[in-house]
Amino acid sequence: MMSTIVPFGPQHPVLPEPLHLKLVLENEIVKEALPTLGYIHRGLETLASIKDMDQMIQVVERVCGICSCIHAHTYCMCIEGLMGVEVPKRADYLRLIWSELHRMHSHMLWFGLLADAFGMESLFMHVWRLRERVMDVMEATAGNRVIISVNKIGGVRRDLSPDQTRWILQVVNELEQELDKIKPVLTNDYTVRKRTVGVGVLTYQQAYDLGAAGPTLRGSGVAQDVRLIRYGAYKDLDFEPVIEKEGDSWARTMVRFRELYQSIDLIRQLIAKLPGGEIETKVKGKPEGEIVCRAEQPRGEVLYYVKGTGKKYLDRVRIRTPTFANVPPLLAMLPGSEMADVPVIALSIDPCISCTER
Amino acid sequence: MAFETKNIAKNQLLEEVQTLKNKGYRFVTMSCVDLGDSFDLLYHFELNMQLKHLRITLLKNDTAPSISGIFLAAFLIENESKDHFGVNFEGMALDFGGHLYLEDEVKKFPFCKVTVSKNETAGEGA
Repeated sequence: MMSTIVPFGPQHPVLPEPLHLKLVLENEIVKEALPTLGYIHRGLETLASIKDMDQMIQVVERVCGICSCIHAHTYCMCIEGLMGVEVPKRADYLRLIWSELHRMHSHMLWFGLLADAFGMESLFMHVWRLRERVMDVMEATAGNRVIISVNKIGGVRRDLSPDQTRWILQVVNELEQELDKIKPVLTNDYTVRKRTVGVGVLTYQQAYDLGAAGPTLRGSGVAQDVRLIRYGAYKDLDFEPVIEKEGDSWARTMVRFRELYQSIDLIRQLIAKLPGGEIETKVKGKPEGEIVCRAEQPRGEVLYYVKGTGKKYLDRVRIRTPTFANVPPLLAMLPGSEMADVPVIALSIDPCISCTER
Repeated sequence: MAFETKNIAKNQLLEEVQTLKNKGYRFVTMSCVDLGDSFDLLYHFELNMQLKHLRITLLKNDTAPSISGIFLAAFLIENESKDHFGVNFEGMALDFGGHLYLEDEVKKFPFCKVTVSKNETAGEGA
């Protein structure tokens, strides 16, 4: 049978990420997919040679706006590790409150996009309306809605007052009730199930061997979440990784939905245990040596390798983002699927191409 | 987060990587560091969320064996390193030929360190 090569992206109505795939089709069935990247490559890692270690925080926050808080947190952990800086316990907790809020708004952003991909406009607007509540919290507590810039080397820039923590608890309680209302739509709706169940299957072994990360990995049944290495204040929290075993787009959707509840629970734990005291340690000197730090972003594990030589500028900042890890698994999911399912499968890994290309 | 690497020779790489795969490790990523006349290639692997790192040092005009035959996922980072640093890999499962990110008109490897010489005569007589 004759094959046809169909270009998918980089601009596509249901995929607001500049990912280009060359799809080799036989009739309507995908036989092979090849990626083409480079549309938004910015070379951010090289800025380490002209930005000092403090300025690099602003750079890494711009690798990806949606994960900016966790990027900055991971980078700060690297520098603090190299310099032997002990972060105050309150700062560790505050970092994670904002990180989990980031996870919530990222997942809700993704749910809106997924609903939009199905053509479910009302669900899209409903989920984004809920996301606005999280954005309001970040704006009120950090001064910005997306790139909140709360992390600094040695701690955080802002504190939360008792009134603010009470308000955050109230917001997450209300969000939990709202999510309960959405849940039947996601779990029972014919359209959602028709478009996701059995679509884009990634087996346990494929997910493991191809280096999948985050919900893409856990949706295939691998119980791996970098928060389990207990970095920062996670060592004081009680949680289990959220997994689903089917490995299809439905499973990845449900992992993210259940992680919203997990984040709410973690925020409650963090606020309940929030210690008093300082929010930053003053840091002086220049980092020297090599370090690798990892953190769990909404899309999965991010890895930073940082090398300093005791000079003003770092020798190397290397960032492995979760979408970069999820591109090979995506290429494994596509063969055998229908052309019409490609946008939903691509969306199911929650792609962020600005992360991938940096 | 501790960072201990196992330094190996280039010709030991494939054997070491295969051994790690047989033990159940998965490939996380690779990091390339420009050392001036050579590169450090750090390979990061993981088992039960514990990392293990291999390091080879490669002269700039030398070629590294591709590990994408063992861990297919490595093809992406190997192509990225080829684009950014000009690292040569032999036997890549999918080779973008230095054009994963970069267009034809890019003539320099953008992540390689460059020496900037100040032109002492510039501006004289202005």
